[in-house]
Amino acid sequence: MSTEDFENASVAPDGQPAEEQPVWRQEYPIDWSASEYVTRREFTRLLLVTSFAFVVGQAWIVLSSLAKKVSAAQPPRVEIATVDQVPVGGSLLFYYPTDNSPCLLVHLKIDQYVAFNQKCTHLSCPVLPEVDQGRFHCPCHEGEFDIQTGVPLAGPPRRRLPQVTLEFANGRIYATGIEEGVA
Amino acid sequence: MPVSELQEFFVDPGRCIGCNACVQACGECDTHKGSSMIQLDYIDYASSPQTVPVICMHCQSPTCAEVCPADAIKRMADGVVMTARKPRCIACNNCVLACPFGVPKMHTEMHLMMKCDMCYDRSSVGKKPMCASVCPSQALFFGTRAEIEKLRPNSRPINTFKFGGQSIKTKVNMMVPKHIPIEQLDITAAIYDPTVSINLEDELWFANVSVSEVSV
Repeated sequence: MSTEDFENASVAPDGQPAEEQPVWRQEYPIDWSASEYVTRREFTRLLLVTSFAFVVGQAWIVLSSLAKKVSAAQPPRVEIATVDQVPVGGSLLFYYPTDNSPCLLVHLKIDQYVAFNQKCTHLSCPVLPEVDQGRFHCPCHEGEFDIQTGVPLAGPPRRRLPQVTLEFANGRIYATGIEEGVA
Repeated sequence: MPVSELQEFFVDPGRCIGCNACVQACGECDTHKGSSMIQLDYIDYASSPQTVPVICMHCQSPTCAEVCPADAIKRMADGVVMTARKPRCIACNNCVLACPFGVPKMHTEMHLMMKCDMCYDRSSVGKKPMCASVCPSQALFFGTRAEIEKLRPNSRPINTFKFGGQSIKTKVNMMVPKHIPIEQLDITAAIYDPTVSINLEDELWFANVSVSEVSV
């Protein structure tokens, strides 16, 4: 008998072809080439490659956020409203700097205006201004922010609302930029 | 890298001088974890000093692997049946009981069955297995078919064994006298007919042939 016979898969004791063997014999073949055996070394290699991919992913996140910071253009100066458009205690919804970021202009006292991004820093629900209680209220999870500074007061949010810097000229209110804050 | 197709293992029990060199060398193979997997069997201790080395015959349909409940014994593409995979072996002894040649050994302290793997680290890179490299009488021979024909002009290799109703083809060849007209070695018959082993020359101990067939 030549050794070529051994190239083929091993023969079952009953001599029948592999297709006619019971399921257990097909699923647990004796032949190394037919069995899906994961060696310890192969598994270690998988772990290594996966963790290397994680490292690369982290580096990519850091680099892309750095690149975003560097290339971020100063947001444009946009006219929001006229002074007499918002009464004391009232608020106005506007979109700044893009149409996707709703912001709130709030007239606290006479000639005292603040503007904040409307997205709650917890899960991006729109916050509602409650001027008489001095807070922004997020109804989704009972989050609260200080209406003057945007600092979180209660509930799940941990970051302050991004503040829109304002400028006044000739009775008109302009948004000039956004201040992201941590706390 | 598989074992070369040209190189085959030939066991010539008639040439065994019982020196135990193969037993010692086997334990020094890198993959054998310091333990020897060859044993030297006496044919008939009372009447003869004749010994025979027992190595794994590397069956085409390995019974040890067939009975393994943990799927731990694997056969490589070149036909070499490996030692049980350490992470899978549950030390249940099924293979030890099932093997018709009595090859697998249970290493209880290691919780692992180990058997001759033809020194796969050596034979897969073209070297001889440890036992074949040290055997002084070349009772264990690893080489090409052409070589063995030249070295043993009066013998021929046979690799079919009969156990009861089951025929087993093996990768390892057993040398039998050339003039005996047998196609397979009937082990069971030899066991139950002791006259065969007593009356024949030592080299024929395993062959189920009647004395009249052989001109000794």
